[in-house]
Amino acid sequence: MIAGYGFREAVRRKMFAVVLVLTVVFLVLFWLVNHFVFGQLSTITPPADANVDTRTFAGAFLTGLAMFSTLFLGVVLAVFLTLGVVGGDAERGLLQPLVVRPVGRTTLLLARFVGAAAVVVGYVLVVYFTCLAITGLTGHWWPDNVAWPGIEVAGGAVEVVALSLLGSVVLSSTANGIAVFMLFGAGLVAGLLGTIGHALNSHSVKTASTIASYLLPFEGLYQDALRMMTATASGLTGFLLQLGPFGGAYVHGWGIRAWGAGYLVVVLALAALAFNRKSL
Amino acid sequence: MRTVPDALVVRNLQKRYGSVRALHGVDLTVAEGELVGLLGPNGAGKSTLVKIAAGLVRATSGDARVAGARAGSRDARASLGYLAELFRFPGWYTADELLELHQRLAGSTGGAAERARLLDLVALSEARTRRVDAMSKGMAQRLGIAQALVGEPRLLLLDEPTSALDPVGRRTVRLLLEELRGRGVSVLLNSHLLSEIELVCDRVTILLGGEVVATGSPQELARPRGVELETDAGVQTIPGATREDAPRLVAGAVAAGRRVYGVRVLTSTLEEVYLEAVGGETD
Repeated sequence: MIAGYGFREAVRRKMFAVVLVLTVVFLVLFWLVNHFVFGQLSTITPPADANVDTRTFAGAFLTGLAMFSTLFLGVVLAVFLTLGVVGGDAERGLLQPLVVRPVGRTTLLLARFVGAAAVVVGYVLVVYFTCLAITGLTGHWWPDNVAWPGIEVAGGAVEVVALSLLGSVVLSSTANGIAVFMLFGAGLVAGLLGTIGHALNSHSVKTASTIASYLLPFEGLYQDALRMMTATASGLTGFLLQLGPFGGAYVHGWGIRAWGAGYLVVVLALAALAFNRKSL
Repeated sequence: MRTVPDALVVRNLQKRYGSVRALHGVDLTVAEGELVGLLGPNGAGKSTLVKIAAGLVRATSGDARVAGARAGSRDARASLGYLAELFRFPGWYTADELLELHQRLAGSTGGAAERARLLDLVALSEARTRRVDAMSKGMAQRLGIAQALVGEPRLLLLDEPTSALDPVGRRTVRLLLEELRGRGVSVLLNSHLLSEIELVCDRVTILLGGEVVATGSPQELARPRGVELETDAGVQTIPGATREDAPRLVAGAVAAGRRVYGVRVLTSTLEEVYLEAVGGETD
């Protein structure tokens, strides 16, 4: 019932409708890009010594791009659904009648998290699989691993839901929105930093990128999803794919997944702790 | 014999917001079935006191107990109903759905019968299926009172419950409060409307600068202002005279050949008591 309240609250927001419209626009554009890229694929002749499988490269690059866009849209949705869950709702007087009930603040907060996370996960998976279907049906290319990358991108968006929820306890709605988008931007920079570090073979830059990816695990999960997509691609094709459209796939494996799960628990625990101490 | 704890007991309550002292050593008791009014200018600490009792704000020191349980604890929250001064409900809920949500949150087993009874109590039976965002301010306010009553709380904390109501709505709430008192529900009513408090409250506590400056029943707080005697010679006020002096004054006037038409014992109104207590301080 309480999680249902959170879910209803999430899908009733106007922002949800706006994101849905933007998503339809994005999917139409994505289909157009796929249509033209794969339509001209036969005219692309890679250098003979490059050992590049053009279809795999185009399919993986476009899907990687779609995955990034899916993560971005998922993050936008996550932030706008949760940026005012505590501070904003308390300011508007929506929260107080609920908080004084015996059910408790922690339960209420987790209910709002579950509601928002359910919407975001559902949204990310639908968009992700739609993009895969567009690329698969248009270009006849499917990733090596279909399900895991989608799950990891959805997981990355859920991390943002938790961060935004924590931010909503300690910051005003506007400040929280700005802060979470800045963190998201920092994650992207970390990914690009990793790419630069690998290109320059700079150990310190690579280390900085890895630390940043663990501090902001949505980026690490995105990188792992990118890697899972073309796990068996080798040679220059594999190298080019690992560069990714927005940062390479250098943080990967069960380490980042376990870290991501633990990170989520810690962020939610901090949010609950702060919420329980907050004056309303 | 086991005694039932008072609905609300506040002892030496202190609350500071940084360097601002919101409450300073406040003592207050709301007994079973008692209706206590909380008065004071803006910034006196009334809302802070109500919020501490509701568990929305933590006291810096001191003790606040609701039905014997520490304010803010699960047991305390299970014993109270609360209506905030500024509140909103999600606009897409109907009145009935909103009460159902609060029944779940409060663990009430009253079901549809309780919801129907509460809506009837606040004169919203006809609006059972109306969405909150289609309600007038007054209707939303009455719905707020209904949600505060979900689960039959022992203590009702009402923070300016009539601020958005027209005179008819205020009267509805006043009658409702009287009915609740009849049922044994304890109420702490924070209001700026002195006439409302005077009409319904058993006791009044006046706060100023975070401290209690006066407390007692409206009758106890009222000071004698003399006796007014209406005779064929006109209306005469005898300052300093009390109720006990009235028969003697009437007998004296009759003995003096006057025709007595009326006699009235004068006491200060709650407004006068209030203004005296807060030293004429306004918002």
